[in-house]
Amino acid sequence: MTDLPLTKNIDMSRAPFDIGQYRQAQGYDAVLQMFKDMAPSDVLEMVKNSGLKGRGGAGFPTGLKWSFVPSGDDAPKTKYLVVNADEMEPGTFKDRLLLEGDPHLLLEGMLIAAYTIQANTAYIFLRGEYLRAEKLLREAIAQAHEQGLLGKNIQGSGFDLEIILHTSAGRYICGEETALLNALEGKRANPRAKPPFPQVSGLWGKPTIVNNVETLCNLPGILRYGVDWYKALGKGGDAGTKLCGVSGRVNNPGCWELALGTPIRELLEDKAGGMCAGYKLRGFLPGGGSTDFLLPEHLDLTLDYDVIGKAGSRLATGTMIVLDDQTCPVGMVGNLMRFFSHESCGWCTPCRDGLPWIDEIFQRLEKGGGRAEDLQILTDHLEYLGPGRTFCALAPGAMAPLGSALRHFREDFDAHIHSGGCPWRK
Amino acid sequence: MAKISVDGVEYEVNPANNLLQECLSQGLDLPYFCWHPCMGSVGACRQCAVKQYRNADDKTGTVVMACMTPASDGSIISINDKQATDFRSHVIESLMISHPHDCPVCEEGGECHLQDMTQMSGHNYRRYDFKKVTHRNQDLGPFINHEMNRCIACYRCVRFYDDYAGGTDLAALGSHHHVYFGRHEEGTLENEFSGNLVEVCPTGVFTDKTFSAHYTRKWDLQTAPSVCAGCGAGCNTTPGERYGTLRRIVNRYHHDLNGYFLCDRGRFGYDANNSTQRVVETLFRHLQGEDGEVRKALTSTEAARQLDAMSSGELIGIGSPRASLESNMALRQRVGTQNFFSGMSDAQLSCATEVIALLQEPGLNCPDIRTLEQSDCVLVVNEDITNTSARMALALRQATRNAATAMAQSARIPLWQDAAVRELAQHSRSPLIILSPQGTRLDDVASDTFLGTVEQQIALVEGITYAIDADCPASTSSFNFDAQAASIAKQLCAATRPCIVSGISAESIELIRATGNLARALREYRHRQSEVKLSVDLCFAMPEANTMGLALLMREGGGSLSSALSILGKGAADAAIVLENDLYRRAATEAIDAALAGNTPMIAIDQLHNGFNAKAHLLLPAASMAEQGGTWVNYEGRAQHSYQVFQPEGKIRASYEWLVPSNPVSGPTVHGDTLLEELAAESANFAPLLELLSSRTGIAALMKSPRQSHRYSGRTAMHANEHVHETKQAQDPHSPLSFSMEGMLLQKDASLMSAAWAPAWNSNQAISKFQEEINGELKQGNKGVHLLARDGAQRPYSKVEYVAEEGIAKYFIDQLFGSEEISAASPAIQARAVPAYACISHELAQSLGVQQHGLLRLSTNRYSVELPVLIRDRIAAQCVGIYCGSDVSRADLTGKLSVAAVAQDSNVLASSRAMFSSLVINDTLPREG
Repeated sequence: MTDLPLTKNIDMSRAPFDIGQYRQAQGYDAVLQMFKDMAPSDVLEMVKNSGLKGRGGAGFPTGLKWSFVPSGDDAPKTKYLVVNADEMEPGTFKDRLLLEGDPHLLLEGMLIAAYTIQANTAYIFLRGEYLRAEKLLREAIAQAHEQGLLGKNIQGSGFDLEIILHTSAGRYICGEETALLNALEGKRANPRAKPPFPQVSGLWGKPTIVNNVETLCNLPGILRYGVDWYKALGKGGDAGTKLCGVSGRVNNPGCWELALGTPIRELLEDKAGGMCAGYKLRGFLPGGGSTDFLLPEHLDLTLDYDVIGKAGSRLATGTMIVLDDQTCPVGMVGNLMRFFSHESCGWCTPCRDGLPWIDEIFQRLEKGGGRAEDLQILTDHLEYLGPGRTFCALAPGAMAPLGSALRHFREDFDAHIHSGGCPWRK
Repeated sequence: MAKISVDGVEYEVNPANNLLQECLSQGLDLPYFCWHPCMGSVGACRQCAVKQYRNADDKTGTVVMACMTPASDGSIISINDKQATDFRSHVIESLMISHPHDCPVCEEGGECHLQDMTQMSGHNYRRYDFKKVTHRNQDLGPFINHEMNRCIACYRCVRFYDDYAGGTDLAALGSHHHVYFGRHEEGTLENEFSGNLVEVCPTGVFTDKTFSAHYTRKWDLQTAPSVCAGCGAGCNTTPGERYGTLRRIVNRYHHDLNGYFLCDRGRFGYDANNSTQRVVETLFRHLQGEDGEVRKALTSTEAARQLDAMSSGELIGIGSPRASLESNMALRQRVGTQNFFSGMSDAQLSCATEVIALLQEPGLNCPDIRTLEQSDCVLVVNEDITNTSARMALALRQATRNAATAMAQSARIPLWQDAAVRELAQHSRSPLIILSPQGTRLDDVASDTFLGTVEQQIALVEGITYAIDADCPASTSSFNFDAQAASIAKQLCAATRPCIVSGISAESIELIRATGNLARALREYRHRQSEVKLSVDLCFAMPEANTMGLALLMREGGGSLSSALSILGKGAADAAIVLENDLYRRAATEAIDAALAGNTPMIAIDQLHNGFNAKAHLLLPAASMAEQGGTWVNYEGRAQHSYQVFQPEGKIRASYEWLVPSNPVSGPTVHGDTLLEELAAESANFAPLLELLSSRTGIAALMKSPRQSHRYSGRTAMHANEHVHETKQAQDPHSPLSFSMEGMLLQKDASLMSAAWAPAWNSNQAISKFQEEINGELKQGNKGVHLLARDGAQRPYSKVEYVAEEGIAKYFIDQLFGSEEISAASPAIQARAVPAYACISHELAQSLGVQQHGLLRLSTNRYSVELPVLIRDRIAAQCVGIYCGSDVSRADLTGKLSVAAVAQDSNVLASSRAMFSSLVINDTLPREG
């Protein structure tokens, strides 16, 4: 038993476990047991009961997602599992820890997921810049092949799985699961309309599950130690643990595995060592660049999907970006806007043409020449680029930090207009 | 049927469609860009947002995209809701951010969907005050202008060009607000349907380059409903005229035929009308003193008198497959049926006659173009349909998507979800089996291709027939393709709606007989399989606008071209009238020269100067398609009327007007309608023409439908450089249209609309206002009448006796740009056309010792020609393909052919290499799915 199922093998001061060391630490036991004792439907039931939610950002229940994949005799024979390892959310570096720290944990998770939905081919769609992860994953896949944990008739189970590692040419939009599928097919990385969902018509038009790296890494623990153990890991409403990161002016920026339900203060003060000397916390984005700002008053909230949702933001990737009292919030948001604007795929009008306008306004605010009407235009875009208005979640995500910044830091925006540029630079 | 409520009003709608389509079907105005009636929804532009309510108690509602939301029963939506209208005005505001607002100098202005939708969405004042994004434009060849700065990124161009038309050289490039729609590098857009970009693009990114050369606003064009003269498909067009010249052609919606799209020959061939090759004078060739033979222009009256004088004795007439039914009828009346001869080659006429007999057989159904799209298994026999009747090829490309349709239906994905259906189906396609001597443009969606000579194809078709019905007559061929035959037979038998497509371009009656036998075998198989007598779709592409009309007329009597030539050669007639025909294209040079040697006075009536009419004693200028009213019979046997767009200047007349009795003062005394009435009265086969005639009385409240828009400008000033009085408008007593701005647009028949226009809808997309429903029939629209009654007797299998040709096997190549005589005179088409060439395989090239682009000598026992050679990867072995263009007479190369390499010098090689560089050969096979 462990209470750190994701990181128990990880020690970044040494190389990650090879397959021998990983198996020594009971790695792949859960899979072998699964092949012996469990039908795919049993695994599905277990994952459903575990309460595991997707760790990529949306927090959708994993078991429920899997249950939409057609099964039985009438179902298409070809299905795919795709791992979303295209970690590009601003401020987010949690999947990297898993990929570089314990690649076999991901492969074991993939075996469980692929077996459950009966997919015989799985792709890892890896962010192109994660060169170290690429090397480690290639080695791990080769080792797993050698030991008969991948390939045909794995361990006599009758189940086949091939894993194909695909390194992305690099667009933020590839993190959107359907854009990822288009990119994997060699097409433009534009998102697809939903419905139909990838579970019904995904990669190459076949039923497909796209899961985040961290989500899959939760599976070996669930299978090995059971649903009750997994649920008990969470201290609040959500089950399991979560990788949480902190970046910004803190004493010890980094990424840790915490039980869901841990207070945010514990993450910021105990793990990240609190704010650097001379800096005060002004606000933070709790789950990466596309979440709403929370304020110091929210520090005692717990890291729970619902709790943070109720406070008006999202836990999302669980990687916090800290805004201190000596950094310009307008500059910070402007930087994000420039990123999102550049990363728009260009498919739908509000995102393609709205974000660059926002970006232009931020640049003008920065340089001086901003006008009161500019803030009205920014405000107008909040609804215009809001949920349901655009083709995918990129633009609504971009509006989260913008809208909350306009709410919480309005005086900074006004100051940019009145003092003819960024007051922090003067 | 489902009921939906839109702003409190209930409508009955089709729940299989989306809300946008159904709102438009109901005549409601809802702006859109990325949706296209023929290409479905992708949800990109977000312009068609509406408010949807969960139920009657829901007062908040949600903004949804109408194009991406099914029109399910009980839906409650609002178009006028404030949040929805605000959102739509936001969308248009951001679409206009980088738009140059160059409407005054933009050729789309006045028929711009973006202008219309901007107005509809209520965007007036610009708030964006930063730098616009600008782009560099590309030279896209002779047809299309490119002005990327106007782009609003609706993605329609690539969805049409790549997804719908199978193009490969236009793409969405770049990302975010720098997304760019163009080619990977400058160069001619290769696809045969590139011209549709002009209409598919909602603004002025892609405009008609030929129109630019003599540009006029849409509202200043005089237009009338017309039919395309490019081939026998019968696509409907709207030509536009200003100041006596034809300015352009745009699509005119026909539910059963072309729908929303034309091919590039049809769209850009019109400029032949304004070409320097045009016959504009009446030319009389005679001996004049010391000058010898001269050609002298006559006045129209003199010309008519001269015609009468020359035709007083024993007169023969040669008709034309590119002249109207009226003109052919007028000629036949003038010379008498026994002296009327076919203007087609003998082989072509016998093929067309055989086709008519086949199409009249019960159980063999000739599909219209829309029906072609429904087929779930298509067999193409020999005809390179993309190059002979391109619009039909576009339909066959859609037919291969029926597998995708079926997959989507079982996955419960609505068919209008265009991207989703394509993603689901990937490379799954309905069977399209192509038999051809060389790779074709449709091969990229073919399930099976067979490269073989005509003889080999006949053997295969007979094999398929045998595999379906072992009682069919045994093949006499020495070839045996049983394995392929069995597989093709199996696919045809398994299909719900199989279709066999061929044509007469091979001029092989045996090929048509074999194809007919296959259709019969399949029909009998289907009859055995089902209680309901299921028919088999069978059609043959026709090369010219009235090939079918002339072939039908020839059934009523008359003689072959060769018998006419022999009469002329013997000098047995006192004079001959040759109607719109370059006889050198119809028979061997030797045969024509021999006929001319008979010194029979020759009267030619034609649109363009050509090798034959240069030798006529009297040459009379004939009106083009746009300059006359006329009736044309397409490949199905559908007779359609084209209206006169404008009265030609000078001496040009409709051919029949030269031929009917004429009054020296008032001109022709018989109208074309009378000729049709007489034809209908004389023959039961033409009786339906009366119905066509009666459909033309679209007059309401004594008002005609105007050919000029209500915004037509400068009427009183257009001739001010010549005289100061306002010219009396031309009269048109025989048609429901007037040469005027006055009248009532559209009285009862939407097919009579001169150009699609509705209040607030200035672009061609106004057509939705005149359809019964989106993609439906035109309101009370006349679709032409069928002249081929399907009441023929069931005939037994025909005997196929193919005699293998002596010498090397050959086939003749058609080119979309160049093979058709009239369009080939259009400068833009000429820019895409190539001179005559020959094609052979690598193996044959090696054995002949000829290199790529070198010269090949083709010789018969009486004729020899040297042609540059194209060595192709995908071509039948041991045969030679010949493209004649206007340089070589096909008939000269019939008979035993031999080929030999010609010593090449580097200059020749370089020039033919340059020539081939403009030839697009795209016969790639499908990507493996």
